[in-house]
Amino acid sequence: MDLKESVRKIVGGLLEIPEEGTSPERYRILRRNITVLMLLITIIPLVLMAAINYYQYQTALKDEIVAPLRVLVNKSKHSFELFLAGRLSTINFIASAYTYEELANEKNLSRIFRVLKKEIEGIVDVGLIDSDGKQVSYAGPYELKGKNYSDQGWFEQVKVAGVYISDVFMGYRRFPHIVMAVRHFSESGDWWIVRVTIDTARFDDLIASMGLDPKSDAFLINREGICQTGSRFYCKILDKCPISVPPLSYEPNVVRIKDSQGQDVLMTYAYFNRGDFILMLLKPSGEVLRAWYTLKSELLLVFLVSIAIIVLVVLRLTGLLVDRMKQSDDRRELALREIEHSHKLSSIGRLAAGVAHEVNNPLAIINEKAGLMKDLVEFAQDFGDKEVFLAPIRSIIQSVERCRAITHRLLGFARRMDVEIEILDVNELIKEVLGFLEKEALYRNIKIGLYLAHDLPRLASDRGQLQQVFLNILNNAFAAVQDGGTVSVTTWEKDIDTLGITFQDNGQGMSEETLRHVFEPFFTTKKGHGTGLGLSITYGIVKRLGGDIEVQSRPAKGTRFTVFLPKKIKEGSGN
Amino acid sequence: MEGWKVLLVDDEKEFVSTLAERLRLRGIQADETGSGEEALRLIALTAPQVVVLDVMMPGMGGLEVLQRVKSTYPNIEVILLTGIGSTKDGMEGMRLGAFDFLMKPLQIEELIEKIKAAIEKAAGGNA
Repeated sequence: MDLKESVRKIVGGLLEIPEEGTSPERYRILRRNITVLMLLITIIPLVLMAAINYYQYQTALKDEIVAPLRVLVNKSKHSFELFLAGRLSTINFIASAYTYEELANEKNLSRIFRVLKKEIEGIVDVGLIDSDGKQVSYAGPYELKGKNYSDQGWFEQVKVAGVYISDVFMGYRRFPHIVMAVRHFSESGDWWIVRVTIDTARFDDLIASMGLDPKSDAFLINREGICQTGSRFYCKILDKCPISVPPLSYEPNVVRIKDSQGQDVLMTYAYFNRGDFILMLLKPSGEVLRAWYTLKSELLLVFLVSIAIIVLVVLRLTGLLVDRMKQSDDRRELALREIEHSHKLSSIGRLAAGVAHEVNNPLAIINEKAGLMKDLVEFAQDFGDKEVFLAPIRSIIQSVERCRAITHRLLGFARRMDVEIEILDVNELIKEVLGFLEKEALYRNIKIGLYLAHDLPRLASDRGQLQQVFLNILNNAFAAVQDGGTVSVTTWEKDIDTLGITFQDNGQGMSEETLRHVFEPFFTTKKGHGTGLGLSITYGIVKRLGGDIEVQSRPAKGTRFTVFLPKKIKEGSGN
Repeated sequence: MEGWKVLLVDDEKEFVSTLAERLRLRGIQADETGSGEEALRLIALTAPQVVVLDVMMPGMGGLEVLQRVKSTYPNIEVILLTGIGSTKDGMEGMRLGAFDFLMKPLQIEELIEKIKAAIEKAAGGNA
């Protein structure tokens, strides 16, 4: 329940996107949430797929690698068993084919021994033992006749089981060998034992025939863990094998263990069906699983690279996305502020105009009353101390004059809100606007070229708005030129209805891309300052006044703005 | 200034009466009224040389009075009084035949000068 709650909380937290505001905190959270979400939904499937692939490859490859080991061990085990079975049946044959008396005869036994030695590899000696455990006859390199075995373990075993195969041992023969003994019953119920010693050098041949690579090792041990053949790496013959005896399995079994040297090995083993032997095959697992490891590291590499790419892309994408959002938020904010500002200005303007008109009439009355007082004092012949009255009256009239100036200014401000047409001299207007920029030009040593047409016709248009248009364009030109640059203004009559005003600078110019957006609102190249509104406002004004504006520019060469203005604003083209 | 006959028209009684008194102090025969309709009646009665006319008035506005005066008595000169900054009304008035326009609050000397110029013009026109 708690886990559910916390998971829901985390997921909820990730999906929750702060709605309003442009605080850095909001974008930080936004960036974090989007990044985490995108990473989760991309990386989780990737991890799942990688895990499934890993597991499947592992199973498939392991089977493929391990199967040959099983086959090899099984085959070799069969070879060993065949070898032992062959020897055993030979001994059985001898025990069955000859009578006790024949075998007891040393001559006969020697003959049999010779044949055996010739036909069957590894036969060392052969002897006949009676039911009392006494060696009745013997053929072989040693003097063993008459030796009594009745107190030895194997004798008891053969008495019980009928067959006995010993572990490998050295004995006094001084080479590794095994003993095989078979008991035989005659028809009369007597029994005897035929005992044969076999050299186990043949075991090594069988192991060699497995064709092992140099890093692998195969050997026999018995159930006590004593090595029955020599081993490449682990033990000498008849030493205790450092690897513990594996659990019983007649089928080849593969287990992964750490060997005595701490090496990771794959051990394949199988118990013999007859005889106490276990065939062991050890291969370093690194060797066996190299293909797997290669695949694993490739898998891992692909996985890591994918993750890295995903993380990079997600981070970059999120960054872009959030930046875009921030930008558009900022723009919206700015536009709202701009609208708010102009609303404020226009309502202030209306208020100002109202106040100015309202105040004006009482002001006129005060003016006239004070004027009348002044007249009365001045015209009176017998008025003593005229100055005492005239001074305050003059002061009143001056104050009215001041108020008049104030209301005038207020109205001037209000008027800027609307298009107000008057007859203008464009050349005069240009000079007036350049007056604002004189100081900067002087300070920055900017040369201003004036090429004003002498007989330029007058223009009916809005003075304030044209001032703003020219000022905006000239401001941009001044911003574009280096100190010591040139800005020139040309006025000319384009045709009977239109005047042209060209502003040329030799500043940094604009790229095609910039040129394409130059009149768009909020487009600015002045990083950090500038609202990106100047030229769009300019464009708006020129259009409102029924004119047109053109721009040509080349990077590093300069920019030319041309404003076309109609001599008379046509009906309906106003605001 | 003797013999000048002026009619002042403005809805602000205090303003127009004070102004009239000031003109009379200077020996000008100045009548006054507060509405356009009354002004037209008075013009018919007294035949002033110059009408000083406020543009913004309730009822018949200054510009309408101007048009009627000019159509009936082309010889009577009209000086318009406009609110401050309302050049547009002044220009319109000029187009309709006003002699000149002045912005309120005005200076008495300026007004007298304009009246004088108007009377001279009217006299010249008569001659």
